[in-house]
Amino acid sequence: MNDGVNGVALAVFIFFFLAVTVMGFLAARWRKAESDSLDEWGLGGRSFGTWVTWFLLGGDLYTAYTFVAVPAAIYAAGAAGFFAVPYTILVYPLIFTFLPRLWSVSHKHGYVTTSDFVRGRFGSKGLSLAVALTGILATMPYIALQLVGIQAVLDVMGVGGGEDTNWFIKDLPLLIAFGVLAAYTYSSGLRAPALIAFVKDTLIYIVIAVAIIYIPIKLGGFDDIFAKASEAYGQTNPATGAPRGALVPAEAGQWTYATLALGSALALFMYPHSITATLSSKSREVIRRNTTILPLYSLMLGLLALLGFMAIAAGIKVQNGQLAIPQLFETMFPDWFAGVAFAAIGIGALVPAAIMSIAAANLFTRNIYKDFIKPDATPAQETKVSKLVSLLVKVGALAFVLTMDKTVAINFQLLGGIWILQTFPALVGGLFTRWFHRWALLAGWAVGMVYGTVAAYGVASPTQKHFGGSSKEIPGIGEIGYIGLTAFVLNVVVTVVLTFALKAMKAPDGVDETSPEDYTADAGDPGVQVELPPATAGSAH
Amino acid sequence: MPEAPEARPPVVTPVRVVIALCLFVPFVAMLWVGSYAKTDPAFIGIPFFYWYQMAWVLISTALTMIAYQLWRRDQRGRSSRKGGVAE
Repeated sequence: MNDGVNGVALAVFIFFFLAVTVMGFLAARWRKAESDSLDEWGLGGRSFGTWVTWFLLGGDLYTAYTFVAVPAAIYAAGAAGFFAVPYTILVYPLIFTFLPRLWSVSHKHGYVTTSDFVRGRFGSKGLSLAVALTGILATMPYIALQLVGIQAVLDVMGVGGGEDTNWFIKDLPLLIAFGVLAAYTYSSGLRAPALIAFVKDTLIYIVIAVAIIYIPIKLGGFDDIFAKASEAYGQTNPATGAPRGALVPAEAGQWTYATLALGSALALFMYPHSITATLSSKSREVIRRNTTILPLYSLMLGLLALLGFMAIAAGIKVQNGQLAIPQLFETMFPDWFAGVAFAAIGIGALVPAAIMSIAAANLFTRNIYKDFIKPDATPAQETKVSKLVSLLVKVGALAFVLTMDKTVAINFQLLGGIWILQTFPALVGGLFTRWFHRWALLAGWAVGMVYGTVAAYGVASPTQKHFGGSSKEIPGIGEIGYIGLTAFVLNVVVTVVLTFALKAMKAPDGVDETSPEDYTADAGDPGVQVELPPATAGSAH
Repeated sequence: MPEAPEARPPVVTPVRVVIALCLFVPFVAMLWVGSYAKTDPAFIGIPFFYWYQMAWVLISTALTMIAYQLWRRDQRGRSSRKGGVAE
């Protein structure tokens, strides 16, 4: 760590941060409709077109933590960290198949969350509650990790303070950043991150473009960079007695690589914040079109991952891998541009943190508050509860980061990925078929959750006794694979077997309020106004 | 499905098979890690393993775009046919 505050970088950072804050508050007036329903605050009035959705989804999925963690993983171990690229490649063909169906049925029935859909499709409040709780649990540590991303940047700029500073001074910048974020999310809802995402992504694209050209030139080209990296990976890590990493995954690591990519791709659009950004778009076409332009971010992620090698070649030595990239920027760039890069990462944390807290709040409001506590809540009350919960969620995440060790947040994030994948059969299965039985889905979910948690608990690493990683031997195959995917397969098997059993026993199937044509409806089709009283749907016949 | 209209075109058509292939090919390419876990040939100094996967970002994007265009054409064809049958 360098000593002293980097004044120029800090000034640039503060400038962008202030600009974004003003935008966040002004966003409340952007495309404002005269309504105080949850659709307005929590989904931006379901009004976003192709480009806004692109920025919003990009800003949402490729978070500050991603930007810090992916190159950090490469920096630490090489090839294994690159799985993020095939992962984001596979996401888009996958969502091409099911996301438009989710959009249509949600638009037709006024669903705000995935749990809303699951309740409507399977007539099961229990299953819907399971999906909602999983979503909230998985999102909380994700928000906390965004804070870790900001902290890394603040540390490198010298305002994070050393280990010996008073905790209050040390955390003050973080508290301010989050206070401001909470305030404009509260007042502007999803419109705030949508508008700020423009700034965030523009900055990120500029920084990556410059970094990927400028840094290799300074370091003597990619040949030198990879030669140095290869040498560094070959050295033995004293903690494990094995080499630090490799430029290419060895035979044994290939299963892990593939299962991590596939499992993560399946999980990504189960996260509530991905769905919130999806449902805010104004038509079905917007979603499909976005699957063809979102991969631009994957390309960027791949380039960004290469920065991990550059950090090694540049001789960056950090204890905490998370600091490798901010430190690389600080070393390589002139101060003012380092400030731009730090602003990109910092703002990159605010956008997803805002969307995640909105998504978690929507889940709580719709699927816990309205379903179990106050069934007759008016739309205005729903919005009020959601706004308050979005604050609570953020305070919770902040407390989490400030009171617990960073590794706890990372462990929970790892578990969150395993957990959220267990909602896949109910959600995606439900979008295509009503064959699965609701109780079977609930049982499958429970089995997947328990297996995933227990298995992850049992993974040790040189530094941690539990939750040391996300892969473990796959029972019956013997290769090392992603725990989330193993749990998912188990989940599906249990669901299918129990569905057969329950159908044979003629267990009550629950009421399905959707009909087949709901899944292909587009905006403008007759009857596809967002849920007025159910009677109006009859006019379409 | 209870109320299928009488003159519905078949669910599986050659165009739809092509669409499915476009969406499926990236999975085969990316999950078969052994096919690209090597350093040579390098491209401007970047080992094969890395540039190959980044090239697949572009390839899979192109495939998804093809799938999208074919799907739109398919849907347009269907909705105009449906309009003729009267609904």
